[in-house]
Amino acid sequence: MTATLLSAHNLSVRFGGVLAVNNVSFDVKQGEVFTLIGPNGAGKTTVFNLISRIYTPTTGTIDYQGPQGLVKLTDQAPQDVAALGIARTFQNIELFEHASVLHNLLIGRHTHRQSGFWQDLFFTSATREAELQSREKAEEVIDFLNLQHYRDTFVAGLPYGVRKVVEMARALCTEPKLLLLDEPSSGLNVEETDDMAFWIQDIQQELGISVLMVEHDMGLVSKVSDRVLAMNQGEVLAMGTPREVQSDPGVIEAYLGTVDDVSSLRRPVGLSPRVSAGGAP
Amino acid sequence: MRFIFKTAYTQDIALAKHGGHAFWYSVLVLALLAAPWVFTEYWLAQLTFVLIYSIAALGIMLLAGFTGLFSLGHAAFLGVGAYTQAVLCNAGVPFPLALLGAGALSAATGWVVGLPALRVKGIYLGMATLSFGFIVEEVLARWESVTGGNAGMHIEKPNLFGWVLETEVQFYFLCLLITVLATLGIVNLLRAPTGRAFVAIRDSEISAQSMGIHLARYKTLSFALSAGLAGIAGALYVHKLQFISPDQFNILQSIDLLLMIVIGGLGSIHGAFLGAIFLITMPQLIAMVKDYLPTFVGQAPGLQGLVYGLVLIAFVLFEPMGLYGRWLKVRTYMEMFPFYRKGMFKRQKSFQKSDRLK
Repeated sequence: MTATLLSAHNLSVRFGGVLAVNNVSFDVKQGEVFTLIGPNGAGKTTVFNLISRIYTPTTGTIDYQGPQGLVKLTDQAPQDVAALGIARTFQNIELFEHASVLHNLLIGRHTHRQSGFWQDLFFTSATREAELQSREKAEEVIDFLNLQHYRDTFVAGLPYGVRKVVEMARALCTEPKLLLLDEPSSGLNVEETDDMAFWIQDIQQELGISVLMVEHDMGLVSKVSDRVLAMNQGEVLAMGTPREVQSDPGVIEAYLGTVDDVSSLRRPVGLSPRVSAGGAP
Repeated sequence: MRFIFKTAYTQDIALAKHGGHAFWYSVLVLALLAAPWVFTEYWLAQLTFVLIYSIAALGIMLLAGFTGLFSLGHAAFLGVGAYTQAVLCNAGVPFPLALLGAGALSAATGWVVGLPALRVKGIYLGMATLSFGFIVEEVLARWESVTGGNAGMHIEKPNLFGWVLETEVQFYFLCLLITVLATLGIVNLLRAPTGRAFVAIRDSEISAQSMGIHLARYKTLSFALSAGLAGIAGALYVHKLQFISPDQFNILQSIDLLLMIVIGGLGSIHGAFLGAIFLITMPQLIAMVKDYLPTFVGQAPGLQGLVYGLVLIAFVLFEPMGLYGRWLKVRTYMEMFPFYRKGMFKRQKSFQKSDRLK
């Protein structure tokens, strides 16, 4: 039995008249890949934004097993979440575009900074030492994700697929315990999606980082996920292994519609053109 | 074409990235040290102004070019620094202490003005800082017991603990020293976590925040630093002119400061200096050319404003990266000859950014 890393209790978010997330509860266990799936507008990204504290839930709480014991995530300021070991990527890549890849990764080391403003201003030996340490950590991540070739390239000049990886690398530079990936495979081709699956598995197995992700590509989801939570219109539909969730009638209904919806479209039995043509005379 | 073979991480941290940097910057420093014996007194005075404006440009470059916050009222910080210096020096405070006081008071003002920057962005921040500029100009004009009002105010020669800098040359070296120190400070910040946090805020606030950067703290810090440098520049400015009045710190001055860094090239330290050189030499060039132009053009009022406007429009349209961007292109062309391609510096437009519409 592994320990729970993050647990959300009865989360609800209301934007005016829209109930974006309604009474959602789930647990993420240490070392697992937990995936949120659901049709567009299901509230998956809203749940992400609740965890990274961009939104505050209307009701409900999120507990997180931080480095200094259990904390109530909903009481933390947005910029303090990274220091607790939660890093994230964004659905529409949010890299620092007019900076090199290395620069981006070093910004990921911000929570580990050891020098203050005055030390930085005079670039004291303490700052120099800390810079070299950060650089070494960043190089480890570059090695891990095979980004050596792009180290000094500006992000603005990188192809989309590489940017996705750079964004993940930047998140890894914060040395997280929980990595939030918002649609890691969106906009990637088949080959890149396969690579992404390997990397997510490596992150989980080699680095021991728990992953919480939102994803639409069911191939990727069933390959890497330990557990899946399906949402629709802000509510939980089903939770379990990828196979269980995929065969859940509620989930199928959300994606494909109900039997009743489809029945009106169906031709009555026995009146198909071939049958009627044969039986008329 | 130069290929740098990297063998240590310290190479990326070093101030001079390769031998070429070390050589050319040494040449520049030697040339600046030799300037008083090369230039006439008039051109030395212009060079001093370039240095003073460079300090202010460094400040506004840090704010606009590296943190992405635009201020339309930066002349106000220049004014706060200048008047603080004048008041303190006339009260007998030695120059270095007065300079620190001017920088500190200006930085404190910048910190206060930075507070609205936490809530408003883009054009709204411009309006907030613009109105701040008007308020300061008005205060300087009305607070007659301290500032002397519209009649202006004189200031003593710089007094370094009893050693009075009488000549222009001495003052030039003082400005040179302060400019070098300010530049080193900014360069240091930019290669350390603080400077990277500024750049992160410029490019994407939301992901800067999720990387653990305290937006409020770094934005106000940027404002305070920027205002502090403008204050120091203001303090030197008042010593150079020996007389100040509130109308020197009006909106035109603010626009000049912003124009300087846009033309110099946003987001580069070199751009601050190139912009300052442009701002100081342009009126001289116009004055020189004036005599050769037909009378109805040469003697027309507002010629300088027209030229500035045209130059700004031309830069925004054809060279958004400013003078420094142009220099980069020329240098790359030379280095790569004959392999330079036209689209090399074209930036791909990004349509993925969610907070693009600020």
